[in-house]
Amino acid sequence: MWFKSKKKYPEYWNRYESLFKEETPQDISKIRFVVFDTETTGFSVISDRILCIGALSLENNKIQVHNSFEVYVKQNVYKEESAKIHGILNNSKKNLISEEESVIQFLAYLGNAVIIAHHAMFDINMFNQALGRLGLPELKNKYLDTSTLYKKTQLKSNLLKKQDFYTLDELTDKFDISKEDRHTALGDAYITAIAFLKILTELKKKKTVTLKVLLK
Amino acid sequence: MKNTISERVADFLKNFPPFNLLIKKELQSLSQEVVIVYQEKNSTIFNEDTTPHTIFYIVHKGAVALRKTTNNEIIDICDEGDIFGLRPLMANENYKLEAKAHEETILYGIPLDAFKPYAKKNEAVSTFLMESFASNTRNPYSKSHKGKLYGNETVDTINPEVKLLDLQPVKYSKKIISCSEDTPVKKVAQIMTKNRIGSILILKDDLPIGIVTDKDLRNKIITGKHPITSTASAIMSSPVITYPKNLTVTQAQMAMMKSSISHLCLTQDGTVNTKAVGILSKHDVMVSLGDNPAVLVKAIKRTTKYKQIKPIRKSIMHLLQGYLDENIPMGLISKIISELNDACIKQVITISLKKMKVPPPTEFAWMAIGSQGRGEQMLHTDQDNFLVFNDVPESDLPKVTKYFLKLAKHVTKGLHTIGYEYCPAEMMASNPKWCLSLQEWKNMISHWIINPGPDEILMSSIFFDYSISYGNRDLVNTLSDHIFDTTKKYPLFLLHLANGALQNPSPSGFFRSFLVEQDGQHKDFFDLKSRALMPLVDAARVLILSHSVKSISNTWERYEKLAEIEPNNSEIYLACSYATKALLKFRTKQGLLHHDSGRFIALDKLSKEEKIKLKRTFKTVKEIQELITVRYNVNNLLR
Repeated sequence: MWFKSKKKYPEYWNRYESLFKEETPQDISKIRFVVFDTETTGFSVISDRILCIGALSLENNKIQVHNSFEVYVKQNVYKEESAKIHGILNNSKKNLISEEESVIQFLAYLGNAVIIAHHAMFDINMFNQALGRLGLPELKNKYLDTSTLYKKTQLKSNLLKKQDFYTLDELTDKFDISKEDRHTALGDAYITAIAFLKILTELKKKKTVTLKVLLK
Repeated sequence: MKNTISERVADFLKNFPPFNLLIKKELQSLSQEVVIVYQEKNSTIFNEDTTPHTIFYIVHKGAVALRKTTNNEIIDICDEGDIFGLRPLMANENYKLEAKAHEETILYGIPLDAFKPYAKKNEAVSTFLMESFASNTRNPYSKSHKGKLYGNETVDTINPEVKLLDLQPVKYSKKIISCSEDTPVKKVAQIMTKNRIGSILILKDDLPIGIVTDKDLRNKIITGKHPITSTASAIMSSPVITYPKNLTVTQAQMAMMKSSISHLCLTQDGTVNTKAVGILSKHDVMVSLGDNPAVLVKAIKRTTKYKQIKPIRKSIMHLLQGYLDENIPMGLISKIISELNDACIKQVITISLKKMKVPPPTEFAWMAIGSQGRGEQMLHTDQDNFLVFNDVPESDLPKVTKYFLKLAKHVTKGLHTIGYEYCPAEMMASNPKWCLSLQEWKNMISHWIINPGPDEILMSSIFFDYSISYGNRDLVNTLSDHIFDTTKKYPLFLLHLANGALQNPSPSGFFRSFLVEQDGQHKDFFDLKSRALMPLVDAARVLILSHSVKSISNTWERYEKLAEIEPNNSEIYLACSYATKALLKFRTKQGLLHHDSGRFIALDKLSKEEKIKLKRTFKTVKEIQELITVRYNVNNLLR
């Protein structure tokens, strides 16, 4: 028998991958979204590392507080400049886990949910790098980016100058969301979730919103 | 496991009963069980007579309306920190009311199973629950306690706000301004002026021994009875008439009438032998009695935070509903409501100015534009505004611009807090494009008038309906003069503006049937604003501009003025004035009924009479459009 030699992946990856046999529903209220954010040592996808992953799951406009995800990761890379922003000092937190352990836990939490993140590509790339270091392929999830999704809510008008993307702070101002817990991974994830829900409400005023419309 | 979100939830819950009775650890573990629920405006949380959810709710942000479905009457509005949906859950019976998000709302859902153990273990918690159920009210400790019935069977259709006045505990000011008996009267008057109060309590060893009111100052000092060098003890009324703090509105009124006084002192046990906890003035009683424009204006002026204005705006809406029910003429209604809304905006600006560290570097004017500028904004809609400041030397311009932009950001945020949504097209003074010096505005306006493309005409139609909300009137006059002068020099502009006024979609089809929207959220609805109201508004603007009439921005007043200027056309102008008022009234009523902007009308919900009334205004719309077409020769314009 002839077969392509398939690379052997650990059990936790196979379990994660097998979940994607199911198709994601189009009806927004039936989709499980995972809103996530990372705190990192800096903005370089190659040389910087994830210090913290915060995530929560959003289903039918509801967030279960106990079903949220927050882990701090032990890293050898440390930069003082970024510590000023997120306040995570070098391995100062208790309950630090290894990068591999954080990958195992997050993949189990994430499953086949649709990812929502602000500047999603950055957080996803950071995580993909961590996967790469373990010899694993990239994330398979569909994702939505609130920094560009917001543009869909804006008026089509010559009078309004649109920006290419909007920062999370700009969204909190526009939607009047409290900035408490800003720059903690889970806090930012929560703010992103509320911003997403408000964007959704705005979009629904214009037309019927399905996952397809959002991904477009 | 506790995390950032559960900590935030616990932080919120600890401020509200019964959760404030739990110890920190209990609260933390309860918070982890919470479900955060987002509700769009007007979405249903639960229906009447359905099995209760496994969770009860506390409002985190926004507001929830509880209704009896049978008569669609709002029984109660739950604001931040209010609990609802608990009793049916405890009693294991169906929901007695329907709950809908009155605004966009975030709820914390608390599972009963997680909460029950604490209720059982903690006596204070169970007492709270017993009391709140027994007294039939939502929350016996709540400050905003309105004494409304919760899920009572005998609720009838009278507005609950007014109905239970007798039982309503009165709201008094807890901030007590006081001085000692040897304070000189001059100082006393200064303290009162600074705090903008009409009475001051005289304390000795923390106990109230007397009170000095405006009246005392007038009768005893200004008349010359006592010299200005006297001390408070010479003129104070003593002993103080004291009452316990849980006074109802009616009791307070009776007490004031009985002793013919205007201020009551509330103490811990109601006698002069305990500490004063609050002061109650006639004004406070009037506010509790509510809905009277003069009282509301006074209440607005007393606020020191944006948040305090929001409940007053709710009262304004009550007033509006009342006026409409009593069929008071629309012209009068809109004057009063606009006046009140204006007072709110002024107050927001006053508060914002206080937030700035230094006073404005030069004169400025805050301008309302669009429907607000025309004084036609009855319901809470978007905010549209701009800011103009006096010219400064060029070297100072960046610094001055920065100052006013910062101020504008405060103001727009404040307006948002009190219920004005941000303008989706960013036509707000916080946008650097619309926060300019007088000269910059003149340049901008000249540009619009000299190059009247579609965008420029649209801008003109929004910005030329302005009225001043706050600041220096001279700036506005200069701006208006500039518009008229430039328009005279470039008459072609009026032609384009006239053309723009004819671009609104037609209200009715060939057989005089209503034309409805083809798609989107409002499919099959009639767009009252763009098909009926806007053509009238746009036409009035062109006509009044051609006559260079200053400072009338209200549409029906514009038509009334036009009728005066052109007597031969007075009949059609007066018809337009009438139609505008009728349409606005229609829109306001629809908006209040459906709790939205009233712009889109469901035709199948209208009575035959209402439809006929609407159609009658369409005829007027057609006539005024014909007048404009002929007068400005719009047909010659290449479209």
